[in-house]
Amino acid sequence: MAGDASKVLSNDVLWGGGRSPFSISYGKMMMWFFLVSDALTFGGLLTAYGFVRHSTTEVWPIGEEVFRALPGLTGSYPLVYVALMTAILIFSSVTMVLAVEAGHRMDKKGVIKWLFLTVLGGAFFVGSQAWEWSHFIHGSGGYITTNIGEKYWVHNDEHDTHDPTAHESFHLVLADPAHYLIPAEGAPHLDHAASLKLWNDRATYVDGANMTVNEYGPIQYANFFFFITGFHGFHVFSGVIINLIVLIMVINGVFHRRGHYEMVEKAGLYWHFVDLVWVFVFTFFYLL
Amino acid sequence: MERDDIIEYSLDAHHSEEEGRKIRRKIWLVTLFLAVITTIEVTLGAYWKEWFDASAWNSIKWTYVVLTLVKATYIVMTFMHLGDERRNIRAIILLPYALFILYLVFIAIFESNFVHQGWLHYL
Repeated sequence: MAGDASKVLSNDVLWGGGRSPFSISYGKMMMWFFLVSDALTFGGLLTAYGFVRHSTTEVWPIGEEVFRALPGLTGSYPLVYVALMTAILIFSSVTMVLAVEAGHRMDKKGVIKWLFLTVLGGAFFVGSQAWEWSHFIHGSGGYITTNIGEKYWVHNDEHDTHDPTAHESFHLVLADPAHYLIPAEGAPHLDHAASLKLWNDRATYVDGANMTVNEYGPIQYANFFFFITGFHGFHVFSGVIINLIVLIMVINGVFHRRGHYEMVEKAGLYWHFVDLVWVFVFTFFYLL
Repeated sequence: MERDDIIEYSLDAHHSEEEGRKIRRKIWLVTLFLAVITTIEVTLGAYWKEWFDASAWNSIKWTYVVLTLVKATYIVMTFMHLGDERRNIRAIILLPYALFILYLVFIAIFESNFVHQGWLHYL
């Protein structure tokens, strides 16, 4: 397959060593070097997350309790949306590797088909991430703290965090101090009048997430979410743009005239890398 | 001046229709494998509390880490076809990275325990 280093080279073109040690083109090697440095950045970010999570004495939120919503549906679907995003990204990685394979056979039509699907999958992923961010920022209820330091979850069926009391279904539930997002064991759902009284005497109301406070857990949790998934999302976005440019060049026949589709392969390396990073983000941010 | 000392490695990657069929078969098999692993991970994440008690979390955590590394190996070796490159290029990509990241993870996790103790005792 690619880079299969079986070619016999004339000694005239080789340096003193008499052999080509890597047998790989300049462009591919530089892409690999870039990916190693980028992988160090992501490795550093995830390690920093691990450090903070490990050293903190606060309760750290759990992925399947935070990420449990699906667009347009109420109810609890732990990790389903993230799994869907993962599936989309892996699928687009597969179409990319098929585009590379078609390029190795100089099959222009095949490259166009698979590369187009790759761009589509990437765009879907970026869109999904936009929804997830929006949901994370707006939250699904939030909590209030009282003057004696008790914490209550705010519930209403509309998930309205702008004016939660405006709904008939508005009520409060005492929070479990050891967990985020779930009520204390056996805590009753207070009735509307009692809830309203607590609401009016509240010390603070926290809903959704921003850089200074969030309903899910410690400040750093939201900050790491924004930074890690944001940095990865920006990589995906760049990848979609790069793939789109390569797709246009393929359609224009640039690489067919050149005699090889190595540019698809190089863009593919970057795209697979983005998928690879997501595999780690998925495990260390969402699952653990 | 026309240079004759540049080796066109890009053409080495070309293969025939027959080889292409074999490669595509391998790609789909790896895809299936990755999909199965991801499904296991998500199912475990969503339902482990109903299947096991809390003491199982530690082994589940390590299962995740191992499954992730298996997935990563298949992506790098098959999808990025690093497995088909020469041993030299594999080594210069993987070894420095592995060395550095293992050290970073070791030192960060090791130190974070002491920081944790610090928060507990001196706050």
